[in-house]
Amino acid sequence: MASAQGTSPLNKPAQQVSDDARGYYTHGEPLVDPVAPTGPIDQRWTQRVFDNRLVNPANRRKLDIIIVGTGLAGGAAAATLGEAGYNVKSFCYQDSPRRAHSIAAQGGINAAKNYKEDGDSTFRLFYDTVKGGDYRSRESNVYRLAEVSANIIDQCVAQGVPFAREYGGLLDNRSFGGVQVSRTFYARGQTGQQLLLGAYQAMERQVAAGTVTQYTRHEMLEVIVADGKARGIVARDLVTGEIETHLADVVVLANGGYGNVFFLSTNAMGSNVTAAWRAHRKGAYMANPCYTQIHPTCIPVSGAHQSKLTLMSESLRNDGRIWVPKKAEDCDKDPRDIPEEDRDYYLERIYPAFGNLVPRDIASRQAKNMCDEGRGVGPAVTEVGPDGTEQQVRRGVYLDFADAISRMGRKAVETKYGNLFDMYARITGEDPYETPMRIYPAVHYVMGGLWVDYHLQSTIPGLFVTGEANFSDHGANRLGASALMQGLADGYFVLPNTIREYLADGPFEKIDESHPAVVEARTDVEQRIQKFLSINGTRSADSFHKQLGNIMWEYCGMERSEEGLRKAIDMIRDLKKEFWTNLRVLGTNESINQSLERAGRVADFIELGELMCIDALNRRESCGGHFRAESQTEDGEALRHDDEFAYVAAWEWSGEDGLPVLHKEDLIYTAIEMKQRSYK
Amino acid sequence: MRLTLNIWRQRDAASAGSMQKYELDGVSEDMSFLEMLDVLNEQLNEQGEEPVAFDSDCREGICGNCGLMINGQAHGPEVTTTCQLHMRSFKDGDDITIEPWRSDVFPVLRDLIVDRSAFDRIIQAGGYISANTGSAPDAHAAPVEKKKADRAFDVATCIACGACVAACPNGSASLFMGAKITHLGELPQGQPERYDRVVNMVGQHDAEGFGGCTNIGECTAACPKEIPLDVISQLNKDLRTALKQGR
Repeated sequence: MASAQGTSPLNKPAQQVSDDARGYYTHGEPLVDPVAPTGPIDQRWTQRVFDNRLVNPANRRKLDIIIVGTGLAGGAAAATLGEAGYNVKSFCYQDSPRRAHSIAAQGGINAAKNYKEDGDSTFRLFYDTVKGGDYRSRESNVYRLAEVSANIIDQCVAQGVPFAREYGGLLDNRSFGGVQVSRTFYARGQTGQQLLLGAYQAMERQVAAGTVTQYTRHEMLEVIVADGKARGIVARDLVTGEIETHLADVVVLANGGYGNVFFLSTNAMGSNVTAAWRAHRKGAYMANPCYTQIHPTCIPVSGAHQSKLTLMSESLRNDGRIWVPKKAEDCDKDPRDIPEEDRDYYLERIYPAFGNLVPRDIASRQAKNMCDEGRGVGPAVTEVGPDGTEQQVRRGVYLDFADAISRMGRKAVETKYGNLFDMYARITGEDPYETPMRIYPAVHYVMGGLWVDYHLQSTIPGLFVTGEANFSDHGANRLGASALMQGLADGYFVLPNTIREYLADGPFEKIDESHPAVVEARTDVEQRIQKFLSINGTRSADSFHKQLGNIMWEYCGMERSEEGLRKAIDMIRDLKKEFWTNLRVLGTNESINQSLERAGRVADFIELGELMCIDALNRRESCGGHFRAESQTEDGEALRHDDEFAYVAAWEWSGEDGLPVLHKEDLIYTAIEMKQRSYK
Repeated sequence: MRLTLNIWRQRDAASAGSMQKYELDGVSEDMSFLEMLDVLNEQLNEQGEEPVAFDSDCREGICGNCGLMINGQAHGPEVTTTCQLHMRSFKDGDDITIEPWRSDVFPVLRDLIVDRSAFDRIIQAGGYISANTGSAPDAHAAPVEKKKADRAFDVATCIACGACVAACPNGSASLFMGAKITHLGELPQGQPERYDRVVNMVGQHDAEGFGGCTNIGECTAACPKEIPLDVISQLNKDLRTALKQGR
């Protein structure tokens, strides 16, 4: 089929009719990716790698690159650009680059190697990823991702990443959520750790070689935009409090996702949006901020003290069966005393074809529905509503391995899931071999992020964004084992081949600390810190963060409605006012001050939260991780509206008191046809 | 439960520190150890006293950022990271002493936070395989015996938390170093640099001021990832071979 090769459009631009968010935003000019490739889809990237200008090795050492973040995307980019001979400065807030949160990814990394000869191909990985993302991603970017996926595995093996192997010594694969081929490479339940250590070691090698300078315990607090180009950052040394200026020819943000806007998430405690948000306020558009992934298999909240949530690999759904009692009065019984006929295996009942293996968004939403009906299990915990009211709710569903244990034997279950069962036992104090596990969904990943073009460049020239921090590859929902793939694809193979097109015009005219843009950025940072320290109110940054999280989870979580989102926006605006008048940060700037660090992050989360709600309010359709109550089928399934919303919503900051400006980038497919997802 | 906490407080690297006593009530057994400290910090903030500074990030036992001496034991009474230790391991009325890692090579930056950058420098000295991006052959070009691949993985799970150093009476980082040397040394890809790697890493280790290994085994007992002591044997064996080769 000629049309499916990417030479002619298969859909028309969307025309939005509804306008739920009227009054909360203004319309901007349509947005077009200025460097979008054309032509046959399988030749676009190869052609672009060739077309992009080169920087000769002698010039590379005259070019300075700042990279913020040292996870898979940032670490891999620092190593690769260092090897190429550029001067790289790498920043992370942790005490070592090796601690970036990519390290916590469990399941695996996808690659279209087709080592299993089960019909996999670059095109199939591309197809699965676009479909899984509910047709809200850019096809050229996704195809490129699928294309370089195989190189990632080669690179990692060469670095000594100890992937799982078969007895013949070759690499093992497994299958993963929502696809029918085995293309996932893994290192037991610690794939992210091993991949990150590979990138970290490659980066440390460049530190030793002198091409990369690493700045640990440093937090980027502002981007410097001089004469229309990103030329550096202002960072705070978290040990001494010193405010530092770092200048360069180009700045790369690889600062990860903003799931912690919900306070409780599977993200690390320090994961934050500050680097991206500061860039947004300086002109970088934020795309699809409402696209959040909520992972169905996490350990439930145990009380108000909860600081974070722990994910358990999705692979558990391969053998565990999910259920709740049919009758609410059975919910506090010992599950083993509830007879088979009184159990509701609701996923198997509603989705007989996919059963417990429905995609993440569906499994999550149904768990919430069961608990909302009063059929949740586990200890009732106090939930503080966004308005401060307290109620007792059981938030959990059973994930039961009794059948698997009798079918496979305890030994086999131990071999397959032992480490996860141990982790569960440690956290809950319950033995999952004896009694069913309890699980509940938790915020895990964000598909939204800073808008980037095909070269991963934001709307600020010279500011590139990679990994989870950008919006580009996962549409409205990310498939399992694809986050690691994207981080490393961007860091090892994409950015190094696109950034050179920009750097070919460099080195740019040197600027120094007296440049007005530098002075302005530094002054902003210093004044903001002084402000936090001088409010002298009564509440900690954490307490504001928790309250924001409650609002976001209730109104911008698994299900969003017009009414709820309007309410949330009002509440967030009130919270913002209180934050800036009633915050208490003790201590000074001149030493480690974790309360001060948190205050800065929470301030940015509050502003982001408002934009997420506005984006969710505008998008009156259900797609991927974004479920709007007003857009569902008769039997309660997500209903997409391609005719209105097949576009990327890119938001422009217009000042503290201005309304965000919406720029739409049409999603036009040439190699794949849009279809409504169905898992029944 | 109600607890008495004795916590090391120190303003910065240049100041002297001291133990301070705090009473904390209403601690639930479902809290993690660090969530218990969060509750204390919220209470201190309300009282106008600066919160206790401590490192933590992923709070799921994998990033290696957290690490406290709890009643004299690195990461406390269970074989796990501090963030995965839960309060059900303690009982009402307990006195708990909380200190930063004990090692001269890990200077205290504030309260319970130490500087472990020496670990990065040991890796910089040779804890890698030199394989520039883009230069890799197909992943199946070099099969790896499953036994070796599994062992490489087992020891590659080190999280560089520093508990081994904190627990060692000699302040040695041999377990940390041995884990990396064994991980890379088990793989065919790691062979070309194997002997230079051990010499360079040990050289950096000693230059940082870490002590030598005297086979006491406190490191492996404290290791939350249960890295076995024999990685140090592997380290010594590789070092002997390297020295014999005159490296």
